[in-house]
Amino acid sequence: MSEPIQFHFNIDGEDFTSAGKASVQVKKLLRQLSFDADTIRRVSVAMYEGEINMVIHANGGQADVIVWDEKIEVILADTGPGIPDVSLAMQEGFSTAKENIRSLGFGAGMGLPNMKRYSDDMKIDTVVGEGTTVTMSFTVPEG
Amino acid sequence: MKIKTIIDLLEAEVLCGEDMLEEHVYSACGSDMMSDVLAYVKEQAVLLTGLINLQVVRTAVMMDMKCIVFVRGKNPPEEVIELAKECGIVVLRSPERMYVACGKLYENGLRGGGVDEE
Repeated sequence: MSEPIQFHFNIDGEDFTSAGKASVQVKKLLRQLSFDADTIRRVSVAMYEGEINMVIHANGGQADVIVWDEKIEVILADTGPGIPDVSLAMQEGFSTAKENIRSLGFGAGMGLPNMKRYSDDMKIDTVVGEGTTVTMSFTVPEG
Repeated sequence: MKIKTIIDLLEAEVLCGEDMLEEHVYSACGSDMMSDVLAYVKEQAVLLTGLINLQVVRTAVMMDMKCIVFVRGKNPPEEVIELAKECGIVVLRSPERMYVACGKLYENGLRGGGVDEE
Protein backbone atom coordinates (compact mmCIF):
# COMPACT_ATOMS: atom_id res chain seq x y z
CA MET A 1 0.00 0.00 0.00
CA SER A 2 1.26 3.47 -0.84
CA GLU A 3 1.73 6.20 1.77
CA PRO A 4 -1.70 7.48 2.80
CA ILE A 5 -2.81 11.11 2.82
CA GLN A 6 -4.47 12.14 6.04
CA PHE A 7 -6.94 14.90 6.83
CA HIS A 8 -8.13 15.96 10.25
CA PHE A 9 -11.22 17.98 11.12
CA ASN A 10 -12.55 19.37 14.34
CA ILE A 11 -16.35 19.02 14.31
CA ASP A 12 -17.96 21.94 16.10
CA GLY A 13 -20.90 20.73 18.15
CA GLU A 14 -22.18 24.13 19.19
CA ASP A 15 -23.83 25.14 15.98
CA PHE A 16 -26.05 22.93 13.84
CA THR A 17 -25.77 25.28 10.87
CA SER A 18 -22.10 24.41 10.50
CA ALA A 19 -22.76 20.63 10.58
CA GLY A 20 -21.58 19.08 7.34
CA LYS A 21 -18.81 21.57 6.61
CA ALA A 22 -16.07 18.95 7.00
CA SER A 23 -17.85 16.52 4.67
CA VAL A 24 -18.22 19.17 1.98
CA GLN A 25 -14.50 19.83 2.39
CA VAL A 26 -13.68 16.12 2.09
CA LYS A 27 -15.78 15.88 -1.05
CA LYS A 28 -13.73 18.69 -2.60
CA LEU A 29 -10.44 17.09 -1.55
CA LEU A 30 -11.42 13.69 -2.98
CA ARG A 31 -12.40 15.38 -6.23
CA GLN A 32 -8.99 17.04 -6.38
CA LEU A 33 -7.42 13.62 -5.84
CA SER A 34 -9.43 12.39 -8.88
CA PHE A 35 -11.39 9.57 -7.27
CA ASP A 36 -14.43 8.29 -9.18
CA ALA A 37 -17.78 10.02 -8.58
CA ASP A 38 -19.44 7.00 -6.97
CA THR A 39 -16.67 6.55 -4.39
CA ILE A 40 -16.64 10.26 -3.60
CA ARG A 41 -20.40 10.26 -3.10
CA ARG A 42 -20.36 7.19 -0.85
CA VAL A 43 -17.58 8.56 1.35
CA SER A 44 -18.98 12.06 1.64
CA VAL A 45 -22.60 11.03 2.27
CA ALA A 46 -21.58 8.52 4.96
CA MET A 47 -19.28 11.05 6.59
CA TYR A 48 -21.97 13.73 6.37
CA GLU A 49 -24.46 11.54 8.24
CA GLY A 50 -21.79 10.78 10.83
CA GLU A 51 -20.92 14.42 11.21
CA ILE A 52 -24.58 15.34 11.71
CA ASN A 53 -24.87 12.57 14.31
CA MET A 54 -21.89 13.91 16.23
CA VAL A 55 -23.39 17.40 16.29
CA ILE A 56 -26.88 16.20 17.25
CA HIS A 57 -25.91 13.66 19.89
CA ALA A 58 -22.36 14.23 21.09
CA ASN A 59 -21.63 17.95 20.98
CA GLY A 60 -19.18 17.49 18.13
CA GLY A 61 -15.96 15.51 17.94
CA GLN A 62 -12.99 14.71 15.71
CA ALA A 63 -12.97 13.39 12.17
CA ASP A 64 -10.00 11.76 10.46
CA VAL A 65 -9.96 10.79 6.83
CA ILE A 66 -7.16 8.55 5.64
CA VAL A 67 -6.78 8.15 1.91
CA TRP A 68 -4.89 5.39 0.12
CA ASP A 69 -5.09 4.73 -3.62
CA GLU A 70 -7.23 1.66 -3.08
CA LYS A 71 -9.02 2.44 0.18
CA ILE A 72 -10.45 5.35 2.14
CA GLU A 73 -11.05 5.26 5.86
CA VAL A 74 -13.18 7.71 7.84
CA ILE A 75 -12.85 7.72 11.63
CA LEU A 76 -15.37 9.75 13.62
CA ALA A 77 -14.63 10.01 17.33
CA ASP A 78 -16.66 11.78 19.99
CA THR A 79 -16.80 11.97 23.76
CA GLY A 80 -20.60 12.03 23.84
CA PRO A 81 -23.09 9.87 25.74
CA GLY A 82 -22.31 6.63 23.86
CA ILE A 83 -24.88 4.29 22.30
CA PRO A 84 -26.55 1.97 24.85
CA ASP A 85 -27.97 -0.46 22.27
CA VAL A 86 -26.09 -0.48 18.96
CA SER A 87 -28.36 -2.99 17.21
CA LEU A 88 -31.39 -0.84 18.07
CA ALA A 89 -29.59 2.29 16.84
CA MET A 90 -28.84 0.49 13.57
CA GLN A 91 -32.54 -0.08 12.85
CA GLU A 92 -33.96 2.17 10.18
CA GLY A 93 -36.36 4.65 11.73
CA PHE A 94 -35.05 4.39 15.28
CA SER A 95 -33.97 7.79 16.56
CA THR A 96 -33.44 9.56 19.85
CA ALA A 97 -33.16 12.97 18.19
CA LYS A 98 -35.34 15.74 19.57
CA GLU A 99 -38.19 17.37 17.69
CA ASN A 100 -36.11 20.50 16.94
CA ILE A 101 -33.64 18.35 15.00
CA ARG A 102 -36.44 16.72 13.03
CA SER A 103 -37.68 20.12 11.98
CA LEU A 104 -34.23 20.67 10.46
CA GLY A 105 -34.58 17.61 8.23
CA PHE A 106 -32.68 15.05 10.27
CA GLY A 107 -33.42 12.63 13.08
CA ALA A 108 -35.38 10.21 10.92
CA GLY A 109 -33.38 7.28 12.22
CA MET A 110 -31.54 6.86 8.94
CA GLY A 111 -28.09 8.14 9.86
CA LEU A 112 -26.34 4.96 11.00
CA PRO A 113 -28.18 2.71 8.48
CA ASN A 114 -27.12 5.08 5.69
CA MET A 115 -23.54 5.04 6.91
CA LYS A 116 -23.56 1.24 6.89
CA ARG A 117 -25.17 1.14 3.48
CA TYR A 118 -22.63 3.43 1.87
CA SER A 119 -19.49 2.04 3.49
CA ASP A 120 -17.94 -1.34 2.73
CA ASP A 121 -17.20 -1.93 6.39
CA MET A 122 -18.34 -0.13 9.50
CA LYS A 123 -17.23 -0.65 13.08
CA ILE A 124 -18.78 1.06 16.10
CA ASP A 125 -16.85 1.24 19.36
CA THR A 126 -19.00 2.79 22.04
CA VAL A 127 -18.97 3.09 25.80
CA VAL A 128 -21.95 4.66 27.54
CA GLY A 129 -20.90 7.85 29.25
CA GLU A 130 -17.53 7.95 27.49
CA GLY A 131 -18.12 8.27 23.78
CA THR A 132 -18.33 6.62 20.40
CA THR A 133 -15.87 5.97 17.61
CA VAL A 134 -17.22 4.96 14.22
CA THR A 135 -14.73 3.64 11.68
CA MET A 136 -15.89 3.31 8.08
CA SER A 137 -13.87 1.80 5.24
CA PHE A 138 -14.48 2.29 1.55
CA THR A 139 -12.86 0.20 -1.12
CA VAL A 140 -11.90 2.16 -4.20
CA PRO A 141 -12.74 0.25 -7.39
CA GLU A 142 -9.77 -0.45 -9.65
CA GLY A 143 -9.24 1.48 -12.84
CA MET B 1 -35.71 18.45 -19.02
CA LYS B 2 -33.91 21.75 -19.01
CA ILE B 3 -33.77 23.71 -15.76
CA LYS B 4 -35.35 26.52 -17.77
CA THR B 5 -38.42 24.34 -18.31
CA ILE B 6 -38.73 23.74 -14.55
CA ILE B 7 -38.86 27.50 -14.10
CA ASP B 8 -41.72 27.76 -16.60
CA LEU B 9 -43.68 24.80 -15.21
CA LEU B 10 -43.41 25.91 -11.59
CA GLU B 11 -43.59 29.65 -12.23
CA ALA B 12 -40.36 29.80 -10.31
CA GLU B 13 -37.91 32.60 -9.84
CA VAL B 14 -34.17 32.11 -10.00
CA LEU B 15 -32.35 32.90 -6.75
CA CYS B 16 -28.94 31.92 -8.08
CA GLY B 17 -27.27 30.04 -10.92
CA GLU B 18 -28.67 32.04 -13.87
CA ASP B 19 -25.83 30.83 -16.06
CA MET B 20 -26.81 27.15 -15.70
CA LEU B 21 -30.45 27.26 -16.81
CA GLU B 22 -29.74 25.53 -20.12
CA GLU B 23 -28.45 22.42 -18.33
CA HIS B 24 -30.42 19.19 -18.56
CA VAL B 25 -31.70 17.22 -15.58
CA TYR B 26 -33.05 13.69 -15.74
CA SER B 27 -34.51 12.94 -12.31
CA ALA B 28 -35.83 14.59 -9.17
CA CYS B 29 -36.99 13.97 -5.65
CA GLY B 30 -39.12 15.85 -3.16
CA SER B 31 -38.55 15.63 0.57
CA ASP B 32 -38.20 17.64 3.74
CA MET B 33 -36.25 14.81 5.37
CA MET B 34 -32.62 15.18 4.33
CA SER B 35 -31.75 11.74 5.68
CA ASP B 36 -34.30 10.22 3.31
CA VAL B 37 -32.77 12.11 0.42
CA LEU B 38 -29.40 10.69 1.40
CA ALA B 39 -30.83 7.19 1.81
CA TYR B 40 -33.07 6.50 -1.13
CA VAL B 41 -31.74 8.64 -3.84
CA LYS B 42 -28.90 8.31 -6.22
CA GLU B 43 -28.01 10.23 -9.33
CA GLN B 44 -30.79 12.70 -8.66
CA ALA B 45 -30.46 16.13 -10.14
CA VAL B 46 -33.27 18.19 -8.63
CA LEU B 47 -34.30 18.47 -4.99
CA LEU B 48 -37.71 19.93 -4.17
CA THR B 49 -38.06 20.85 -0.53
CA GLY B 50 -39.80 23.10 1.96
CA LEU B 51 -36.75 23.25 4.22
CA ILE B 52 -34.60 26.32 3.85
CA ASN B 53 -31.47 25.71 5.94
CA LEU B 54 -27.82 25.22 5.00
CA GLN B 55 -28.15 21.44 5.32
CA VAL B 56 -30.37 21.41 2.24
CA VAL B 57 -27.51 22.80 0.17
CA ARG B 58 -24.95 20.47 1.76
CA THR B 59 -27.24 17.49 1.12
CA ALA B 60 -27.56 18.54 -2.52
CA VAL B 61 -23.77 18.83 -2.76
CA MET B 62 -23.32 15.37 -1.28
CA MET B 63 -25.72 13.88 -3.83
CA ASP B 64 -24.22 15.78 -6.79
CA MET B 65 -27.51 17.56 -7.41
CA LYS B 66 -27.68 20.48 -9.81
CA CYS B 67 -30.79 22.30 -8.71
CA ILE B 68 -32.78 23.01 -5.54
CA VAL B 69 -36.41 24.16 -5.70
CA PHE B 70 -37.82 25.79 -2.58
CA VAL B 71 -41.57 25.23 -2.67
CA ARG B 72 -44.42 27.21 -1.09
CA GLY B 73 -42.65 30.47 -1.93
CA LYS B 74 -40.25 30.08 0.96
CA ASN B 75 -37.51 32.61 1.29
CA PRO B 76 -34.16 31.06 2.23
CA PRO B 77 -31.62 33.07 4.26
CA GLU B 78 -28.87 34.82 2.30
CA GLU B 79 -26.23 32.37 3.61
CA VAL B 80 -28.10 29.51 1.93
CA ILE B 81 -27.94 31.27 -1.43
CA GLU B 82 -24.27 32.14 -0.88
CA LEU B 83 -23.35 28.51 -0.19
CA ALA B 84 -25.32 27.32 -3.22
CA LYS B 85 -23.49 29.86 -5.42
CA GLU B 86 -20.17 28.68 -4.06
CA CYS B 87 -21.09 25.06 -4.80
CA GLY B 88 -22.45 25.76 -8.30
CA ILE B 89 -26.06 24.81 -7.59
CA VAL B 90 -29.07 26.50 -9.17
CA VAL B 91 -31.63 27.66 -6.60
CA LEU B 92 -35.25 28.28 -7.59
CA ARG B 93 -38.27 29.40 -5.62
CA SER B 94 -41.77 28.34 -6.60
CA PRO B 95 -45.11 29.43 -5.14
CA GLU B 96 -46.44 25.88 -5.68
CA ARG B 97 -46.84 23.47 -2.81
CA MET B 98 -44.69 20.34 -2.72
CA TYR B 99 -47.31 17.91 -4.03
CA VAL B 100 -48.34 20.08 -6.93
CA ALA B 101 -44.75 21.03 -7.80
CA CYS B 102 -43.67 17.38 -7.91
CA GLY B 103 -46.79 16.45 -9.87
CA LYS B 104 -46.20 19.06 -12.54
CA LEU B 105 -42.61 17.96 -13.10
CA TYR B 106 -43.57 14.28 -13.13
CA GLU B 107 -46.42 14.87 -15.53
CA ASN B 108 -44.02 16.58 -17.89
CA GLY B 109 -41.59 13.71 -17.95
CA LEU B 110 -39.19 14.32 -15.08
CA ARG B 111 -39.42 11.03 -13.22
CA GLY B 112 -37.98 9.73 -9.97
CA GLY B 113 -35.17 8.12 -11.92
CA GLY B 114 -32.35 6.50 -10.00
CA VAL B 115 -34.33 5.57 -6.92
CA ASP B 116 -32.65 2.75 -5.11
CA GLU B 117 -35.03 -0.20 -5.43
CA GLU B 118 -33.71 -2.55 -2.82
